[in-house]
Amino acid sequence: MNNVNGSVVGSSSGSGDGSAPRRNSKRPKYSRFTQQELPACKPILTPKWVISVFTLIGVVFVPIGIASLMASNDVVEIVDRYDNVCVPSNMTSDKVAYIQNDDVDKTCSRTLKVPKHMSQPIYVYYQLDNFYQNHRRYVKSRNDAQLRKSSQANETSGCDPEKRTKDGAPIVPCGLIAWSLFNDTYIFATGNKNLTVNKKEISWKSDRDHKFGKDVFPKNFQSGPLIGGKKLNDTQPLNEQEDLIVWMRTAALPTFRKLYGRIEQDLNAGDVISVTLKNNYNTYSFSGKKKLVLSTSSWLGGKNDFLGIAYLAVGGLCFFLAVAFTIVYLVKPRKLGDPSYLSWNRNPAGH
Amino acid sequence: MAYEDGDPPLSLHLLRPISESPLRLDPLSRSFPSAAHRRASSTSHPSHDIHLPTPAVRHGSRAESERLASSQPELADADARLVFVGDPGRTDPHLQLAGNAIRTAKYSPLTFLPRNLFEQFHRVAYIYFLVIAVLNQLPQLAVFGRGASVLPLAFVLLVTAVKDAYEDWRRHRSDRIENNRVASVVDPRDGQFRPKRWKDVRVGEVLKVFADETNPCDMVLLATSDPTGVAYVQTINLDGESNLKTRYANHETTSRPIGDAHPFAAGLICCEQPNRNIYGFLANMEIDGKRVSLGPSNIILRGCELKNTAWAIGVAVYAGSETKVMLNSTGAPSKRSRLETHMNRETLLLSAVLITLCSVVSICNGIWLGKHRNDLELSQFFRKRDYSDSDKNYNYYGIGMQVFFTFLMSVIVFQIMIPISLYISMELVRLGQAYFMIRDTNLYDESSNSKFQCRALNINEDLGQIKYVFSDKTGTLTENKMEFQCASIRGRDYGSGKVPLQDNGGTHSVLAGDQIWKPKMSVKTDPELVALLQSRVETEQGNQAREFFLALACCNTIVPLIVETTDQKQKLIDYQGESPDEQALVFAAASYGFVLIERTSGHIVVDVLGVRQRYDVLGLHEFDSDRKRMSVIIGCADKTVKLYVKGADISMFGVIHKTIDLDIIRATETSLIAYSSLGLRTLVVGMRKLSRNDFEEWRSAYENASTLLIGRGRLLRAVSSNVERDLQILGASGIEDKLQQGVPEAIESMRQAGIKVWVLTGDKQETAISIGFSCKLLTSEMTQIVINSNSRESCKKSLQDAVAMSSKLAAISLDSENILRGTGSSRIALALVIDGNSLVYILRTELEEELFKVATVCDVVLCCRVAPLQKAGIVALMKNRTDNMTLAIGDGANDVSMIQMADVGIGISGQEGRQAVMASDFSMGQFRFLVPLLLVHGHWNYQRMAYMILYNFYRNAVFVFILFWYVLYTAYSLTTAISEWSSVLYSVIYTALPTIIVGTLDKDLSRRTLIKYPQLYRAGQRDERYNLKFFILTMMDSIWQSLAIFYIPYLAYRHSVVDGSSLGDLWTLAVVILVNIHLAMDVFRWNWITHASIWGCIVATVISVIIIDSIWMLPGYWAIFHIMETGLFWLSESRIFHLSLACQPSKGLDRMVQTHNPITLSDGVLLWSCFW
Repeated sequence: MNNVNGSVVGSSSGSGDGSAPRRNSKRPKYSRFTQQELPACKPILTPKWVISVFTLIGVVFVPIGIASLMASNDVVEIVDRYDNVCVPSNMTSDKVAYIQNDDVDKTCSRTLKVPKHMSQPIYVYYQLDNFYQNHRRYVKSRNDAQLRKSSQANETSGCDPEKRTKDGAPIVPCGLIAWSLFNDTYIFATGNKNLTVNKKEISWKSDRDHKFGKDVFPKNFQSGPLIGGKKLNDTQPLNEQEDLIVWMRTAALPTFRKLYGRIEQDLNAGDVISVTLKNNYNTYSFSGKKKLVLSTSSWLGGKNDFLGIAYLAVGGLCFFLAVAFTIVYLVKPRKLGDPSYLSWNRNPAGH
Repeated sequence: MAYEDGDPPLSLHLLRPISESPLRLDPLSRSFPSAAHRRASSTSHPSHDIHLPTPAVRHGSRAESERLASSQPELADADARLVFVGDPGRTDPHLQLAGNAIRTAKYSPLTFLPRNLFEQFHRVAYIYFLVIAVLNQLPQLAVFGRGASVLPLAFVLLVTAVKDAYEDWRRHRSDRIENNRVASVVDPRDGQFRPKRWKDVRVGEVLKVFADETNPCDMVLLATSDPTGVAYVQTINLDGESNLKTRYANHETTSRPIGDAHPFAAGLICCEQPNRNIYGFLANMEIDGKRVSLGPSNIILRGCELKNTAWAIGVAVYAGSETKVMLNSTGAPSKRSRLETHMNRETLLLSAVLITLCSVVSICNGIWLGKHRNDLELSQFFRKRDYSDSDKNYNYYGIGMQVFFTFLMSVIVFQIMIPISLYISMELVRLGQAYFMIRDTNLYDESSNSKFQCRALNINEDLGQIKYVFSDKTGTLTENKMEFQCASIRGRDYGSGKVPLQDNGGTHSVLAGDQIWKPKMSVKTDPELVALLQSRVETEQGNQAREFFLALACCNTIVPLIVETTDQKQKLIDYQGESPDEQALVFAAASYGFVLIERTSGHIVVDVLGVRQRYDVLGLHEFDSDRKRMSVIIGCADKTVKLYVKGADISMFGVIHKTIDLDIIRATETSLIAYSSLGLRTLVVGMRKLSRNDFEEWRSAYENASTLLIGRGRLLRAVSSNVERDLQILGASGIEDKLQQGVPEAIESMRQAGIKVWVLTGDKQETAISIGFSCKLLTSEMTQIVINSNSRESCKKSLQDAVAMSSKLAAISLDSENILRGTGSSRIALALVIDGNSLVYILRTELEEELFKVATVCDVVLCCRVAPLQKAGIVALMKNRTDNMTLAIGDGANDVSMIQMADVGIGISGQEGRQAVMASDFSMGQFRFLVPLLLVHGHWNYQRMAYMILYNFYRNAVFVFILFWYVLYTAYSLTTAISEWSSVLYSVIYTALPTIIVGTLDKDLSRRTLIKYPQLYRAGQRDERYNLKFFILTMMDSIWQSLAIFYIPYLAYRHSVVDGSSLGDLWTLAVVILVNIHLAMDVFRWNWITHASIWGCIVATVISVIIIDSIWMLPGYWAIFHIMETGLFWLSESRIFHLSLACQPSKGLDRMVQTHNPITLSDGVLLWSCFW
């Protein structure tokens, strides 16, 4: 076949047109659906289309990228790793022994310098590295029914291996997550004035209202031979134990931050914050790191340049492509739907 | 009947091709049709005193007699069924025989659950589901909650069970209706006919069936309203043939007075055990101390309708599930499409990927555990020990076991890598495709009022990959509406063009009282011949011509039916018969003044040029494919006995008296060659006057043979061969079989589409070649290679010559191609013509390979004079030696084996019976529908299915890889951030519908384009839409996209307070949006359904995620709302959204380029696709 346009082969469709419909005819009823002729649009990527889409993407993405980068830039973040420095120099050889020794005073002082003006609220986070809060053993080890209702205290299924005490009494809240509650504490001061840390409403309201019961009180908690973390106040209902609620929203990744509280006053550039912390939490046994983070926030959240850069890069690339395509289109235009590019026209021998 | 070929007449009594499939009918002789003459006269004739006490039984074919001889030596009493006529109690005292209630439903309410589950679990996919679900129930491996792990399996099982239950309910309903129909049955107490429900009919009871009623069970005819005991039945429900077939009551029972209390009592029928051979029946009946034999012409099967007979009385011999129709009710053969075979190969690859992923995870897990061996006890997130339980380890069994468990758990987590839901989606899509094919008005045939039918649902997409089409000729390429064209009588040729023919159909009508009977159709006549026939002068030529037409009028199995017309005075004579050739001959005889008016079992009445004459039919030797002829023995009014024979030329020239009339024989042979070169089907007619001695000799032999129970067929054939000899030649006839509408165009389209059309016909070489030319299969530019050899050596030689010749031609054309590059095909086309005789020496020998070589280089292959099994052999030759897909199309019983052998079998629902349709995967009315079927529907089906499979692989792989990347950040502990419910719903709700909709509705190219450019079809032949390369690209694509989906949120949320559930929701939405957008990008044509399904699915996903996050029990409670409050969420999602727009890696390029789509091919597309 050399000439596709010339030799149109007779279509074999259409049979017996025009004959009157007879009785009992099995002729399928005509409808656009059954004949697969529903009105449809068929987007064709013409050069103009492609170029304008790329341009549009560039136009939209570059500003977004710039805005995100600026937002991220505005965020002031102070990060201080303290897990190693807070170990007394005579105990660095066996940090686990240090952290497990109740007789050693765990108090530790750190000073932080405010690099830029930080406007309130300033969020106080602790950051753990290499702590697999998403480990399967760990994630599963909780019981949401028990947390919600005091009548369900015996409901400890799934909480292994922190289910019941040795004598069989149910632990509330049960499970590894609650058991390993983070228990470092921080006290902040600038000069000699204490900075109050607001620890209210640091958890999700939905959790306080629906997930943790207001009539559920801790029972038999941290009473085993191995203490995992913080002990809870037995007289406070779970829905007020916000550290626990925050902790129990298990982190997605092994490096994570948890909200500790908010400092509700501005800090000026050059201010020196002295932090008195209790280095109670054992991250030494798995070589985890502990960091204290003070950060302001923006509409984007915390400090993160990634998305801004990504948007800028893609936006720029799109602009570049739009330009490149335009040049190609102008220099070497090609007819849309040129049949000479059909394989059987390019390769007449056929197969 | 065209004995000249063995091709169409098969409809009548052809040996059934030995079927490849065990589900089919027994491959025995088809014998029951035209029993019209089976029963040579059973009434004594006044002038001849010829009495044949037993009804003649038809000549069985070889197959039948062999079966009788070997497998069933005798109707031994032990394995025979004894039926006491009119006495069901005695017949079946212990109620051991099947009652007449039928049960096609598979289940009862009680057995439904276990049986249905059992059947469903025959599928490997479901067992995979089950094993995963069971694994998940082990406490160490509990990855998903109970509900989530069982849900997918339960869902699939439920859907299938509901479908099965609905189908079964419909079967129950139809069973109930069927079982509660009412038949009229003799009450044994008083001998009166009383209505009785079908389900209560028992073997041994005597029933009466009235005209147009359906027969409730298999019954032996005892008497009918016709005094000679003839009944006509229509077997449309049985084998789909609408022609009337004749059945006989036995003479002994016919004569019984009707109305007596127990007219048939004391009869004892001894018959075969129930079997599925609907064309065979063997029994004898003892009545009044006489023993008479019964054959297939004495039995009416369940499902037959009584026609043209006021009533018939019979005794039930098989009932209910033991009736032949029920024993034969089996489904269509199951074939597996090529795409699915390939898909299974890729599924194995996916399993390998799955195992790799699982191994990586478990090995990493082992390494991690080894490295942190000493930390496990104190790490808060691991805490190896359970202090409450005597300090034992909790769920920790040493590193080795942990690795093992991790492996199994990862199989559970990554299970959807194997896209089980794909199997269900594919079934749904095929259902949709079948729906569209059936409803396509382009595939509807007005003339036969037949729709396209999908009998096999598994191979729709194979229609898009066909490389070879094997076509029958008669009835497939041609209409199989035979028209008598010309005759050669006594060597003189009439009607083939010298004199213009007259259309004088109205002239020959028969006066019956005050009524005029006219043949329903008329044939153009040759005035010279008409004049010769009507001339009063006794010439040799005139006498011969009269004998010739008398032979045409009586040597057949046609039944004339008188049809009322609107005009009271006028009636039409319609000739009912099974062979269109015979019909054409009888109509021709009528037009020339020899009108067949009446046929009963013992005589026929022919209006000979206005004079009504009665002839006794003394004996009839039915056509069989060995003799290739039939004969009838006629007793004339002048007491002479004549034998008329008609048959295929080679068979006839063997039995014609060669010494006399040598000139006539020569002249006739010349005419025959001329006829067949015109594409006519030829028959030779001969006669012999039987002397008294000859006749008596024949009669005693015939009587002996027909009373035999064993080897009857063989003996009868011997008898017929004995009498069919020393014939005087009368002449030959030429019948035209018109080409179907649109055949040449269809063949040209298929040629352009790269489909090779082979014609396999039983016709002779000249006829085949001339048809080949008229349907443009052969053109004058083609070089023909003809192979017709009679020995192995000459076969070998001609094949070798052919190979040499083809390679020489190929070399030449290659040269010219180099010179004329770009100007088009200058290749010298080759056509191979080969006949059945040569094939005998080639098929199943080492010469096959040579034939294959020759055949593949030829553009056209014509096989003539091939037997049904050879047809299958040729199909098998191509099917087994190439990867190319084969399609066989045919309409007759002789095509069944080829239809079943080919990858795709298509039956033409035409003039010949419906065996071909019953054996086929698809059926339609016309050959030319192949073009829209293959080029349009086939292309669409293939393209859609190929895309759907790849998309499903991609979709599930993306998801699994996202899970996998996350696992790398969970200390290889197989935690999933995406909630377990979302994992489960992913392939069920989040992404299932759009792929099914797109797989059913999307069209890459319009019908118009596909028809206009048949070359587009080649994409399917070359596996361009689905191959290993695409699969690997798809997998790479999914890895890349999963990396993007995983790492964009990961990098954005790294070092933040984000919790697992929130990030999981983000990933869930991201992946669902991505895969749906990906699908949307691949959609060619958007109609409202596509829009609704794709966007609807995304909305449904959001709603589902919100619902899941509103369950306080789950750890992810309210997570979606919290993450939506953060700006990062929207930025990441929109980033992914953009990414999904842009991520059309090399796939897009391939698709656009390979589509050959002249409309979408543009620079923009190429550049756009090249970019990614």
